[in-house]
Amino acid sequence: MAEYILEMEHITKEFPGVKALSNVNFKVEKGEIHCLIGENGAGKSTLMKVLSGVHPYGTYKGDIVFNGTVQQFNKINDSVNAGIAIIYQELALFPDLSVYENIYAGNEVKRAGVVDWNQTIVEAEKMLKKVNLKVNPESLIKDLGVGKQQLIEIAKALSKEVKLLILDEPTAALNEDDSENLLELLRALKKQGVTCIMISHKLKEVIAIADKATVLRDGETICTLDASKGEIVENVIIKNMVGREINDIYPKREKRAFGDKVLELKDWSAYDAQLGRQVAKNINIHVKKGEIVGLAGLMGSGRTELAQSIFGNPKNYKTQGDLAVNGLPIKFKHTSDAIKAGIAYVTEDRKGDGLFISQDIKNNISAANLKDVSSNGVINENIEIIGAEEYRKSLNIKASSLQQIVKDLSGGNQQKVSLGKWLFVSPTLLILDEPTRGIDVGAKFEIYTVMNKLIDQGLSIIMISSELGEILGMSDRLYVMGEGEIKGELLTKDADQEKIMQLATQ
Amino acid sequence: MKMLNEAKELIQDNIRDYGMYIALFIIMLTFSVMTDGLFMSSRNISNLLDSAGYIAVLAVGVMLVIVIRHIDLSIGFLAGFLGAIAAILLMQAGLPVYLTIPTILILGTIIGLCTGFLVAQLGIPAFVATLAGMLIFRGALLLVTEKTGTIIVQNDAFNAIGNGYIPSIMQVNGLHLLSLLVGLMGIIFYVYSALSSRKNKIKYKFDVVSMEIFVLQLLFVSAIIAYITWILAGYNGFSWTVIVLLVIVSIYHFFTTKTVLGRHIYAVGSNPEAAHLSGINVKKITYLVFGSMGMLAAVSGILFTARLQSATTTAGTLFELDAIAAAYVGGVSSAGGVGKVTGAIVGAIVMASLINGMNLLGVGISYQYIIRGAVLVLAVIFDVTTRKRGK
Repeated sequence: MAEYILEMEHITKEFPGVKALSNVNFKVEKGEIHCLIGENGAGKSTLMKVLSGVHPYGTYKGDIVFNGTVQQFNKINDSVNAGIAIIYQELALFPDLSVYENIYAGNEVKRAGVVDWNQTIVEAEKMLKKVNLKVNPESLIKDLGVGKQQLIEIAKALSKEVKLLILDEPTAALNEDDSENLLELLRALKKQGVTCIMISHKLKEVIAIADKATVLRDGETICTLDASKGEIVENVIIKNMVGREINDIYPKREKRAFGDKVLELKDWSAYDAQLGRQVAKNINIHVKKGEIVGLAGLMGSGRTELAQSIFGNPKNYKTQGDLAVNGLPIKFKHTSDAIKAGIAYVTEDRKGDGLFISQDIKNNISAANLKDVSSNGVINENIEIIGAEEYRKSLNIKASSLQQIVKDLSGGNQQKVSLGKWLFVSPTLLILDEPTRGIDVGAKFEIYTVMNKLIDQGLSIIMISSELGEILGMSDRLYVMGEGEIKGELLTKDADQEKIMQLATQ
Repeated sequence: MKMLNEAKELIQDNIRDYGMYIALFIIMLTFSVMTDGLFMSSRNISNLLDSAGYIAVLAVGVMLVIVIRHIDLSIGFLAGFLGAIAAILLMQAGLPVYLTIPTILILGTIIGLCTGFLVAQLGIPAFVATLAGMLIFRGALLLVTEKTGTIIVQNDAFNAIGNGYIPSIMQVNGLHLLSLLVGLMGIIFYVYSALSSRKNKIKYKFDVVSMEIFVLQLLFVSAIIAYITWILAGYNGFSWTVIVLLVIVSIYHFFTTKTVLGRHIYAVGSNPEAAHLSGINVKKITYLVFGSMGMLAAVSGILFTARLQSATTTAGTLFELDAIAAAYVGGVSSAGGVGKVTGAIVGAIVMASLINGMNLLGVGISYQYIIRGAVLVLAVIFDVTTRKRGK
């Protein structure tokens, strides 16, 4: 009988309206490397948040047994004190502080209540040796690469005498050499007796390193695979990750022949100077009139970045390559140029950068197209209201009046307002970034119906989505993105979930 | 009974908008009682509005700056500096008034655009950029007044802007006729715009108050306009300062509520990323708001210099903080996207009333500062708590 360091039993966690975890069982043996895999939204992060005390004891059902005792973590510090350390995808380091200050931040080496910096440096050097990192402990974090920063996070965890190390997609932002280094380090730590849980989308890594792998899907545990039994192989994992039935929630639309190319990208690249990495590499894609093109891929695969680099490039990426709209080469200096050319982009994060949530429905719907409701710069409120009312009706936005503040609407209705704002500019190409994230099935269906209606009217749509069902159910053709590149192009009739997942996790 | 309930609900729902009017009413009432009516006398109210003028103008400008999530600390000394330049142009260069005023307005706008360049183009935090501006304009003010000291302005037309009154045409029972006409026009305009807006709202099925409440509102506001007109007409009538203020309020109110650019300012303030993704040029809006700020600082400088009939070496000291305080009392939110022109004006009048009333009562200057500080804190506490409670 193996000795478990962690047993999470019958964990159920509900958010208003959504069951994020349903009766999840998750067991990790002492000294193993255990991978946690699943699609976006499968519940991996939520499960780890329950474990680390981000969701405190009492907000979930079920038991957490750690080191043989039932734990009740009320805050993150409780889990840290018990010896659990989580390293998130977005690193939590202070860029302007030195390496040694970071390693001991919140855990300072003190003598009589005063920080002993000399001792701190000595201790930090020991930790750096443990993670095989040769840097001067006095150098600043911002001067180091992402790979080294990741190792410093691990050194920080080790300094707190961690028993269970959890890594959330540790290699997502790393290049191949750095990734290989990291995996090597995990193997070394395993020999020293540190247990490790790793969340990863890259199946090759999982296959290379995992002793066990647990697959989550839709908030449920599907299975736990064992490497020693030869179960951790690609096709088994993928089958378990997807395997969902695509039911009938996608309205049918009449098949028509597609028109000319509305948008074409040739050797399109975008470089993010702030992050210092290429967010889109050599992209060659096109969209035809009357077509819904799906853009599949996992989170962080560069889909949003690609869309924004096309849509007037608000993040100021350095772009290269050719962009053509309706066959004519064109360059956008500002989002307003893209709008003028007939492109509309409905953002993924409607509250963050999509809507003016403290303003009313009317102002939101007209925000991107005030020129059509004004003359000589003066708004004609009557025309504005008529226009906004039209979209409130056609999109079936449920609100007491156009005057209602958007903040007070439900997620689905907010999404419809966001959509209405962009339909109001009468685009020819609509880019939808995760159009149905966080909204209920009924509202989803309504949005799909609207999409079909738009196609009938001759629009073209690029749909970015992490939901494979949605991609397969709605698009005519699809591209799969991974690491900023197009990993493959499929006709929807030839595609299935396994094929997409295979390309996405390459 | 039904009407009372509706009125109660209306006040509860709009407590944030009505709050400062209620506060102004209470302050005025308190001072009137404590000074045996001296506070509400024609002469005092006229004086109060004139003394609020140059701060109110700045408050309107800085309100918009705060709406787009920036701040401007340079406006006080900028106003002082531009006022001094106006005095120099008039007295030393011999430029006529009708050329001096546009020159100063243009100069102010250009300086405002320079601040806009630092903030929008170079991305310097507005606090730092305008702090530097504050030091620079203070130095510039000293520089231009160094040789002469205080510059006395001997130009009646210019000084009238700060001290003079509109001509009366004729007196009716000792009241100022043209002022009465201005007040009457104000009432007619108010009633007309309220009626047409109500008609439109009903047409598009927006919520409107019941007819009784609506009539009550009309009567109430009209009565206030009539009362203020009557008070002012009993002294020298509307001063030019008040007229300038009314013109600026009308233009800015129209600009912020009815125009595309106005809408864009609030969009940038409430969510800059979404604004950018909606095709709004955030940089252009930042330039626009700082440019308008510079122009209003010029207006403020002109009003102040004309009022004192001279440009002093310390003109503009702490104007910026008075203006920012007035904007906050008037309900602007530092989170961005929220703030009204009318609010900023009322905020300035609240602060001016406090100073004026306390002066009448002979309250020591030390207590005056403490009380003004307390009122500012109370206003913001009120704003924060009512917003949290919101619907």
